[in-house]
Amino acid sequence: MSTDSDPVTGTAAGTSAGSGLMVDVRGVHKNFGALEVLRGVDLQVRTGEVTVVLGPSGSGKSTLLRSINHLEKLNRGYISIDGELIGYRRVGSKLHELKEREVLKQRLHIGFVFQNFNLFPHLTVVENIIEAPVSALRRSRKAAVEQAGRLLERVGLADRADAYPRQLSGGQQQRVAIARALALEPKVLLFDEPTSALDPELVGEVLDVIKDLARTGTTMIVVTHEIGFAREVADTVVFMDDGVIVEQGPPAEVLDRPRHARTQAFLSKVL
Amino acid sequence: MDTATGAAQAAPPPGRLVPPQRPVPDREDLATLKVVPARHYWRWVAGVAALVVVAQFSHGLVTNPGWDWDTFFLYLSADTVLKAVWVTLQLTVYGTALGFALGIVLAFMRLSRSVILQTVAWTYIWAFRSIPLIVQLLFWFNLAYLYKELGIGIPFGPVLWSFDTMNLVSALSAAVIGLALHQAAYAAEIVRGGIISVDAGQLEAAAALGIPRLRQLRRILLPQAMRSILPNAANEVISLFKGTSIVSVMAIGELFYQVQVIYGRNGRVVPLLMVATAWYILLTTLLTIAQYYVERHFARGAERTPPPTPLQRARTFTRRMRAAAATGGIQK
Ligand SMILES: Nc1ncnc2c1ncn2[C@@H]1O[C@H](COP(=O)(O)OP(=O)(O)OP(=O)(O)O)[C@@H](O)[C@H]1O
Ligand SMILES: [Mg+2]
Repeated sequence: MSTDSDPVTGTAAGTSAGSGLMVDVRGVHKNFGALEVLRGVDLQVRTGEVTVVLGPSGSGKSTLLRSINHLEKLNRGYISIDGELIGYRRVGSKLHELKEREVLKQRLHIGFVFQNFNLFPHLTVVENIIEAPVSALRRSRKAAVEQAGRLLERVGLADRADAYPRQLSGGQQQRVAIARALALEPKVLLFDEPTSALDPELVGEVLDVIKDLARTGTTMIVVTHEIGFAREVADTVVFMDDGVIVEQGPPAEVLDRPRHARTQAFLSKVL
Repeated sequence: MDTATGAAQAAPPPGRLVPPQRPVPDREDLATLKVVPARHYWRWVAGVAALVVVAQFSHGLVTNPGWDWDTFFLYLSADTVLKAVWVTLQLTVYGTALGFALGIVLAFMRLSRSVILQTVAWTYIWAFRSIPLIVQLLFWFNLAYLYKELGIGIPFGPVLWSFDTMNLVSALSAAVIGLALHQAAYAAEIVRGGIISVDAGQLEAAAALGIPRLRQLRRILLPQAMRSILPNAANEVISLFKGTSIVSVMAIGELFYQVQVIYGRNGRVVPLLMVATAWYILLTTLLTIAQYYVERHFARGAERTPPPTPLQRARTFTRRMRAAAATGGIQK
């Protein structure tokens, strides 16, 4: 398949739904002014799989993740989640840009965990978690609080429901952020360096939560620098450099027998 | 103990006498020694001098017949004055409410992605910050001279409803409109300042969670923006409250106008000015106290352990004093 495949004529998103394809990124280009940050990215993630994205700083990893939930608009290419085009609606041979309101609806299926947590500091832990289910999914407050309790138990913070984010450690805050993303029962979870704002001794507790999610079959794309984590959890490791995917495959291949010189150079630095 | 000399003794410069070492007291000795606090005599002198000045000033306030305290107390809670205080309060409340409501709209217009809305809001703020309040108030007061009739209808088309401006714009509503429009320009900038001070990641996180747009603003953005909006907003409310005295040019019976009317009649200028002053001080104090508690409300989550309120502090203090009285000694 050509990396420059036209979004209009490309194998339409609808056909991928049955094949177990959850995330489909095709020929994605993104530039900020004259700077080309993504230069034709193709990535397929199957349902229930964990994909770990590695790559040097500035290679476009965050931009790719942010494009997947349409926090960034693409310049070319398209992205679909579970067969649904993100940010656009296809009518005949035209792509109609969706309104903000419709994009917000699509995002309900895509969980996003930020590097610096971005919890709402003026809301308690439980209020952070129930905010989106109550306001966007129109769940009853009672049901949402019960679900929040279960999620907090899952991330090991059942006793901190009424704390404010600033009263928690970094690792605890990130676990709340994960619980908050899970509350919408998303089809796919995106993590942008979930542990790089944490002290080394707090990294483990967050990775343990993500590993647990992987075991229960959550579809995830994780940008991280934790090679050990990638080896243990990833079904696919993707190496990005300079706005393109240089190499991808099972961890045993990409991490232990990298074929490309750039991957080898990167791994020799971080390992 | 003198460590400085100790260090100097380590390497005595040649040809200098080494001072005899003082005996170092034992630990037990130190514990029994009495501590004499440093005495700051000049601090005391300055303190006493300040007190003398304050006493003289207060004595002057009480005894100088010019202040005419009898008249002051006679008018402080007179019906006409109370009614005027009420008018002042109404002007403040309506002016603030309308001003900030319009200000919030203008702030969001300036932050919107539409160039037209941005420009309209920018121009409004530019215009109303440029025109002196008193000039603007007089314009409103003379509205009837400019437009005989105000109507609601299709723009540039037929009029469906119309009002006689003389009836519509009473002096009081002209004043409220003037104050509110003036206030809105400043409120817009204060609100905008609060909004842009909120970390962009907050709205991004809200968007990533699919929270509806209006809810993002109301539940996520504004409560956080309130922290930096409030101190400035309180300033504005207080200055609007006192600024209502400008409205006296429109012959509206607010506090300052009423006081002028009274001393115009009886010639007791100073005590009546004091009446107005006392009311302004009292109400500003109440506003300041309200500000403290509102700010505290919006500070939730901002600090790991919020500081106690003055009331809580007073309670701990009395509890400690009582405990001290019971045991016969003050405990830390
Ligand atoms: N909003 C923006 N405007 C202009 N340039 C941007 C913007 N966002 C990102 N970039 C640029 O795009 C490039 C890729 O950024 P991106 O954040 O995707 O890198 P990354 O792979 O996530 O790096 P890191 O590992 O440091 O997080 C960088 O050169 C960055 O400077
Ligand atoms: Mg990044």
